[in-house]
Amino acid sequence: MPTYTMAQALNRALRDAMEADQKVVVFGEDVGALGGVFRVTDGLAASLGEDRCFDTPLAEAGIVGFAVGMAMRGFRPVVEMQFDAFAYPAFEQVTSHVAKLRNRTAGALSLPLVIRIPYGGGIGAVEHHGDSSEAYYAHTPGLRVVTPGTVADAYSLLRASIECPDPVVFLEPKRRYWARAELELGPGQGEPLGRAAIRRPGRHATVIAYGPMVATAMEAAEAGAEDGWELEVVDLRSLSPLDIETVCASVRRTGRAVVVQEAPTFCGYGAEVAAQVAESCFHYLEAPVARVGGLDIPYPPPALEHHHLPDADRILDAVAGLQWEDAR
Amino acid sequence: MGTVITPAHSSPVTGSQLLPSPTPIRFLDERGNPVDEHQGYQEPDLGLVVEAWRRMVVGRRLDTQCSALTRQGRLAVYPSSRGQEACQVGTVLALGPDDWLFPTYRDTMAILSRGVEAHEALGLLQGTRHCGYDPQKVKVAPQCTPLATHALHAAGLSYACGRLGEPTVALALVGDGATSEGDFHEALNFAAVFRAPTVFLVQNNRYAISVPLARQTAAPTLAHKGIGYGVASEQVDGNDVLAVLAVVQAGVARARAGEGPSLIEAHTYRLEPHTNSDDASRYRDEAEVEAWRQRDPILRLEAWLRRQGALDDTRAKAVAEEAEEAAASLRAALSEPAAPDPLALFDHVYAEPTAPLLRQRAWLEAKMASLSEP
Repeated sequence: MPTYTMAQALNRALRDAMEADQKVVVFGEDVGALGGVFRVTDGLAASLGEDRCFDTPLAEAGIVGFAVGMAMRGFRPVVEMQFDAFAYPAFEQVTSHVAKLRNRTAGALSLPLVIRIPYGGGIGAVEHHGDSSEAYYAHTPGLRVVTPGTVADAYSLLRASIECPDPVVFLEPKRRYWARAELELGPGQGEPLGRAAIRRPGRHATVIAYGPMVATAMEAAEAGAEDGWELEVVDLRSLSPLDIETVCASVRRTGRAVVVQEAPTFCGYGAEVAAQVAESCFHYLEAPVARVGGLDIPYPPPALEHHHLPDADRILDAVAGLQWEDAR
Repeated sequence: MGTVITPAHSSPVTGSQLLPSPTPIRFLDERGNPVDEHQGYQEPDLGLVVEAWRRMVVGRRLDTQCSALTRQGRLAVYPSSRGQEACQVGTVLALGPDDWLFPTYRDTMAILSRGVEAHEALGLLQGTRHCGYDPQKVKVAPQCTPLATHALHAAGLSYACGRLGEPTVALALVGDGATSEGDFHEALNFAAVFRAPTVFLVQNNRYAISVPLARQTAAPTLAHKGIGYGVASEQVDGNDVLAVLAVVQAGVARARAGEGPSLIEAHTYRLEPHTNSDDASRYRDEAEVEAWRQRDPILRLEAWLRRQGALDDTRAKAVAEEAEEAAASLRAALSEPAAPDPLALFDHVYAEPTAPLLRQRAWLEAKMASLSEP
């Protein structure tokens, strides 16, 4: 069976989508000859044509606004924002137009476009290359927000996002670009968007994670098992819409929940998950829902980022604090 | 020089070729006398000019009617384009039926002139819908409120049409204030780099709400901004519809011929306040407004048309009556308080409503049912 990195799986998804539909076009900064700074678009321009995968001027609002116009005329643009923080100049286009054009025109116009954003830290990069920007997008009605946690999902979720009639902000956990998996990739592996997945079953507590934190949660579950904790790991995959049913079904089984995010904890996406779990599962909960997140600081210099980023120990500390002493 | 939009570029373009005419292109002075300041632009067909006049007269009457309807509460707000009729109508008349117009909130007159029904065109300003018409059907994008953001959509759409082999041109209307926004510059740059068949028309009406032009730019003219992007640029007397027609037609033809985008600055003036809720006396003198009334686009056109023998009292009366009828039917279309369906709020957030949206819809439906019980 072949081995893929997450970046290669994303590349394969783009290639397969472009081959399946001539209206799929890929553009952004350095996506052509270079193949993207993370090589996600490697070889696409050379093999599929420079009109299918092309470089643009260095202007993120321009890239997204241009994609809006192309989508209005039937194309399916997949645009790359080079880094999380470099996507902010496009924020007005994303929130004022991408998210709203269908609604504004009562369905007369739809925008089937995908905005790919490498996000999160953990790669030793300098400032403005490590933001977790998911909450900004998830808070905006009209956008779908998707983030893969595994190599297989990187392929299937990107294919599904490109086929989706709604605009999708596709957040790629850049520290997992080099994660490897042995698997077959190809058509027919599409997953419907909007479903969470249980990555590991367990009966003592549910650890809810997404994007870069899925692997960290799995690591915590492995380590926890050595201490007798059987942790269930839920990978959200879709942040908007949120598959709260899968989350709550798990929490009702385990009675305890920890929500993990890499982003600063305050007003983070995990707060929404925690609130919904509390609202829906109150009588099943043996302890308050715990949140594990980054520090409430601007993203730190790389020499200090390990203090910011949640790791398996921080997740297990949160599990340990779930009021086991009061267990019935 | 001023002829840059007209001829095809067979050789590499030099910077000076992209610069606008040193003075605005015009065919008529403020009193409607012909002047030789049109730098080789072709005078538009007389029949088209008469049609422009008719639409300008009807357009002004509808504009007046809309302002009146804000006082009766039938429109939530109305940004008037009184004084900008030559820009509003001349632009639309230069477009073909399959070309796209990308208007702002101030361009309702242009949308009406494009043939969109009043009750559809005024959906945004009634406060009942965000966009009352089907953009695909009428080839008019939704009226855009965030300044200059739609200029990028025009560039992208026209580029997409070109890739599909369609001879479509997109024309984006922006105001003077919008030329300070980043998206305006990115749109010019993208359109030029991708040679998108786009025309950017700046209606320079001298004020961005209250802020005068001098606070927007230190450039000699707004049209000068094109050269930095390799975009052929022109400036035109925006109150002379002959000039607007000639220059926009040239820009559209240029785009359709695959020669790339152009930037046109139309010098005009907003005779009314920013909207019905603005107080223009706080930032401009009545003397200035009065001076611009003397440059009225309709009065100068009528003077010229009469001298051409293309307009007489009978025709003027007939069109005045047509304008009254258009105003009456606009009043009728808006006479009933619009009652948008609250449950439709959930229908088009996504292609299919999500589970939480369906729950919120059911909640609102139940609330409405309980309120309507006796």
